[in-house]
Amino acid sequence: MIVQFICRAILLGVPLLYGSTGEIITEKSGHLNLGIPGIMYVGAISGVIGSFLYEMSCGNDLSRMNAFLAIIIPLLCAIAGSMLMGLIYSFLTVTLKANQNVTGLAITTFGIGMGNFFGGSLIKLTESDMPSIALTRTSGFFSAKLPFAEKLGWFGEIFLSHDFLTYVAVAVAIITSVVLNRTRVGLNLRAVGENPATADAAGINVTRYKYVATMIGSAVAGLGGLQYVMAYANGVWSNNAFGDRGWLAIALVIFALWKPSLAILGSFLFGALCNANNYIQGLGTETQELFKMLPYVVTIVVLVFTSMRKKREHQPPESLGLTYFREER
Amino acid sequence: MADKTMVKHHHEPLFHVAKRDDMIWWKAWLIRCAAILLSVFVMSLVSMALTEKTLFETLEIMYRGVFGRIEEGSTVMLWKYLQQIAILLCLALALTPAFKMKFWNCGAEGQALIGGLGAMVVMIELGPKLPYGVLMVVIVVVSILAGAIWGLIPAVFKAFFNTNETLFTLMMNYIATQIIAYYVYIKGGGSNVIQPVEFGNFPKIGDNKYLINILIVAILTVVMYLYLRYSKQGYEISVVGESQNTARYIGINVKKVIIRTMCISGALCGVAGLLLVSGTDHTIRTDTVGGQGFTAIMMSWLGQFNPFIMVIMTALIIFLKLGAGKVADTCRLNASFADIFIGVVILCVVGCEFFIRYTIKFRHRKKEGNV
Repeated sequence: MIVQFICRAILLGVPLLYGSTGEIITEKSGHLNLGIPGIMYVGAISGVIGSFLYEMSCGNDLSRMNAFLAIIIPLLCAIAGSMLMGLIYSFLTVTLKANQNVTGLAITTFGIGMGNFFGGSLIKLTESDMPSIALTRTSGFFSAKLPFAEKLGWFGEIFLSHDFLTYVAVAVAIITSVVLNRTRVGLNLRAVGENPATADAAGINVTRYKYVATMIGSAVAGLGGLQYVMAYANGVWSNNAFGDRGWLAIALVIFALWKPSLAILGSFLFGALCNANNYIQGLGTETQELFKMLPYVVTIVVLVFTSMRKKREHQPPESLGLTYFREER
Repeated sequence: MADKTMVKHHHEPLFHVAKRDDMIWWKAWLIRCAAILLSVFVMSLVSMALTEKTLFETLEIMYRGVFGRIEEGSTVMLWKYLQQIAILLCLALALTPAFKMKFWNCGAEGQALIGGLGAMVVMIELGPKLPYGVLMVVIVVVSILAGAIWGLIPAVFKAFFNTNETLFTLMMNYIATQIIAYYVYIKGGGSNVIQPVEFGNFPKIGDNKYLINILIVAILTVVMYLYLRYSKQGYEISVVGESQNTARYIGINVKKVIIRTMCISGALCGVAGLLLVSGTDHTIRTDTVGGQGFTAIMMSWLGQFNPFIMVIMTALIIFLKLGAGKVADTCRLNASFADIFIGVVILCVVGCEFFIRYTIKFRHRKKEGNV
């Protein structure tokens, strides 16, 4: 029971981990990307379209599907789709200096619209009675598990029994953490987010850093959408199923104090919080609804607490949300 | 990594971007209109490609979707259109003082929901017990207070601890949603629906259901314009928005202004909730506001914080929403087509601001400062 609970928490947490790692990378460049919920939708639907086309091209014959292609096609599609969204966002906010909140919200409207539009159109194409697309075969490849995991009891269950994108998520978060804190690129990126004018004066190409950070961040977030469809939902896309996980991912960024390594633990904790209501005995549905607000309440508490203590390393990037224009200092 | 030490031979860039002096208003509007027309045109082309209808037919469907058969005397659609404008406009108006103060209130959704909840609770609990007049007063007061409190919480933390308000207000939305879900479950008897309540509904003017909502918002629009433009408080808001240091220097109590303005903002969001619950639906759901709190953020921004321009922008966006919805419906496209449509238009308009605020200067013969 407890093992199952932890596994479930991890499974629920991984999309949030992707989303928040992506958002952290973006926010470190000084851009509050409120488009993340939309970008995750686009990542998910791009992956679904890719694998849908691949499954179609293979016809009904399961054996003709190549495991490598079945994984790499949706993966690349998801990355390409969400990067494109990141590109639109950074073109508007960096080059055209548009307001970040407004642009981000418009990207979210647009992205969720895209997801549901293409999702709905694909559902119509399949002409099935269910309002969803099932990509069970591709999902099978995605959630393939290590063969010896089951033999190791609870240890194997908790640490080794997940789909590979879960491990990728943790790896990406750790790599991000190392790059941000231990390399020159990371230092430069943080400088851009803290004070772009100073970074510019030091010879850092602010525009390039902002673009690259936003696009990589979007790609990472997009993978979260893909993981949700392929591993959590077993390859079943139905419209609006992704829900408000994108906003939870943004909440997680604050909870993790802009540190990807903390985001790993935070995402599993959020997963547990989202899921706790199913495991506590004797809860009525009405109390379950109240339980669902826990992640948000916890986030607010953390947000308030960090702003009260004013510890320098726990603050958001200094110029978060501000547009940088070189001639205006 | 190494390019810090490397000496680069820079060619002078082909152009550079400079800030423009204030553009004449009609030129600025020409650019905005061009952006809107361009994006609408492009999206119409897209829908043409998807539906095999001509551009004219597409626009015709959009027009019918919004206004219906108005020349045959049927005004049902028109009233629905005006009602939707009223709600979105009310939310956008509510956000405007906060935005003008550079307080990014992203919590209109939650504030409106809580305001609506306030009205709903009074309607259910006190509805049968109080006479109509008293009941209405209680409903109005409670929902305004509820919205104001929901806006006040982030404001207090912003004023005293400089807590990031964008993130705080965003989180408050989802807490509000879950509270509504909880309440609906209790009162709905497990069916997740509260049946419309007959007590405490707004009076009908004539036999028009929506007219009173529209009138209230129309009055609010004028009041908000006057408040921001001509009142002392409106002046204080814009000073705080421009520079908190200046505000402090000339003796404005910044904390007080932040808290007061967010109370107003939250209270007006509460009014929007009131209009939705008591004035329209007579019940509440988690999606009563339906994401309009977020659309309102964009409306307030696109309206340049000017209530009258906001009227035009909301009218346009609701037109596109209903119109594109109708196109999707008629041509058997997915209903999310409207979201894409609106997203593209807003992105274009947001992008075109660049050409109003900045100018691109091409390289001159003479060498200038930009190395």
